[in-house]
Amino acid sequence: MSFAVRRLQKELSKIHKDGLPQGISLVKADDFDEWLLDIRVFGENPLYKGQRFRLKFKFGNNYPIEPPEVTFTTGLERQIPMHPHIYSNGIICLDLLSPSQGWSPVQNVESVCVSIQSMLASNRKNERPEGNDEFVARNTKSPKHINFVYDDPTV
Amino acid sequence: MMSDEEYFSDGSDGTFQDDSMRFDDVEEEDQYLEDTRFDKPVKKAYEVDFKVHSDQQIRSGQQAQFEEISNILGLDIGQAALLLRHFKWQKEKLIEQYMDNPDSINKAVGIRPEAHEDTKITKVKDFVCDICCDDGDSMETFALPCGHRYCVECYRHYLTQKIKEEGESARIQCMGDKCTMAFDASDVQAVVDDDTFTRYKTLLDRTYVDDRESLRWCPAPNCIYAIECGVRQKQLNQVVPTVLCDCGYQFCFGCGLADHLPCPCSLVKKWLKKCEDDSETANWISAHTKECPICVSTIEKNGGCNHMTCRKCRHEFCWVCMGPWSEHGTSWYNCNRFEEKSGIDARDTQAKSRASLERYLHYYNRYANHEQSAKLDKELYTKTEKKMTQLQSTSGMSWIEVQYLDNASKVLQQCRQTLKWTYAFAFYLEKNNLTHIFEDNQKDLEMAVEQLSELFEKPVDQLANLKVEMMDKTAYVSSRRIMLLEDTAKGLAEDRWKFNVELV
Repeated sequence: MSFAVRRLQKELSKIHKDGLPQGISLVKADDFDEWLLDIRVFGENPLYKGQRFRLKFKFGNNYPIEPPEVTFTTGLERQIPMHPHIYSNGIICLDLLSPSQGWSPVQNVESVCVSIQSMLASNRKNERPEGNDEFVARNTKSPKHINFVYDDPTV
Repeated sequence: MMSDEEYFSDGSDGTFQDDSMRFDDVEEEDQYLEDTRFDKPVKKAYEVDFKVHSDQQIRSGQQAQFEEISNILGLDIGQAALLLRHFKWQKEKLIEQYMDNPDSINKAVGIRPEAHEDTKITKVKDFVCDICCDDGDSMETFALPCGHRYCVECYRHYLTQKIKEEGESARIQCMGDKCTMAFDASDVQAVVDDDTFTRYKTLLDRTYVDDRESLRWCPAPNCIYAIECGVRQKQLNQVVPTVLCDCGYQFCFGCGLADHLPCPCSLVKKWLKKCEDDSETANWISAHTKECPICVSTIEKNGGCNHMTCRKCRHEFCWVCMGPWSEHGTSWYNCNRFEEKSGIDARDTQAKSRASLERYLHYYNRYANHEQSAKLDKELYTKTEKKMTQLQSTSGMSWIEVQYLDNASKVLQQCRQTLKWTYAFAFYLEKNNLTHIFEDNQKDLEMAVEQLSELFEKPVDQLANLKVEMMDKTAYVSSRRIMLLEDTAKGLAEDRWKFNVELV
């Protein structure tokens, strides 16, 4: 049994036992390759009020030494949230998800969800990242290996 | 587990002594260059001082510096190593800044000098690893001085991933979230297996050589040596620092390419780029096309008659004489008007537009010719060995007595290499009085090389009688090469050459 599977099993049983923080719910975790979770943002932020967003986690064999690949996906009543660090194809620019920069093996699915939730909650800008259209049209790389420049700690 | 001191001392002999240490300071470098010029009057203008280091010496050189810093700042070896790497081996800067503000530097580098020993591997009661979520009292755990304790298995997984997959060595940090505490060599050794640790040390040596401007790995395949040379990147327009590795490979310390004397690195780069982009295209254009006499668009005649109509400006002309088609009168399709004035003018324009192309091809063809000869070097060398054996049996000469052939072959190869780059040099040279001297030197060398080459190709039965002539010629060729290189090197140092491009 691989390192990743063992760890994910433990995460899963913890989620089943203790539950997840408010606004985060597990949608699908049938295997240890890909999980789906929904998040909601509470409070008065008009950008996301009343909406649900779906996160897709893809785990490699080296999880949690390496970060999972985390993106937003669309689905029934699920849109990609408007955010200056979220591209319209669902790719998230967040230093926490970069293997060389913010990721620490101590992070887990829950803590990543909480970070993304708070990233949305604190945002007031109804806009996409600069160069969104071009990026979405051209990018073929896995989001983990894109060299984002994490230059904006405010949002 | 070994102590900090032990893992580095692998029986090496502590070189990197005083004179290599002098490279450390930028301010000292000029003084260093001048010193040696006076100390060693035999050094040629195109030669630079350098030193070859084995991997053992590279390692002991680092060790000596760790010990020095460790003594001065009262830190252990592993911490001194992290500091030196962080400061890219600039000792003075490190000591000065560390004296001023040790705390902020400790934080930036990720060390904690006050906490020494409570790190390392221990078993902790009721421990749960936050990474694999395993627990058990018998589980071995590890933590850096920051106290982020996880099981050894997870740390091993993490470090192996960093070292083997990501090629990290000098900047591996604690696994804790946002923790910048750094791994030193003894920490890594405590956790990973021998194979990974060997890889880690190799990577560290690599970053050491890469971090220091005065060191460069020999680029020859499988060569383990590194060269130390005091020539800086910013001096490369004044010197062409050519070094000879102990493995026999001669290369430029400035850019790592094979010996390209007398051409400075920046011109070499430009030239190679140009050749890559242009040479084949230019050859083809030269052979297959002409320009329209009016709008100078390049036209390929891919069939049909000589009555050309330029697609671009609609000018009608004759492909053969380049004159306007209207003047051909009734003698269509049969050009006999080559002497006509307008045709001559048209051909003049054509010639001018071709001049720069032809100029490039002139230099390129000669460059490529010498390069081709250089590629045959290996063949030439094996041939020489065969000839030397044959000569011994036919003439009764001893091995020592036939060494002149080997010598001639080596000189020949070297001169071809030099000649090749004189053409790139000449291509960028602006014409003035000084270029005449250069071109004369080039011509003399080229002539002498061809003569020696001719002697070299003679059948074996004649070679014995040619020994004296050949030795003379070899000596002469060598001296012509030195002459040319001396002149170009002095010219570069004195900023005497005028180039038709910017040296960047």
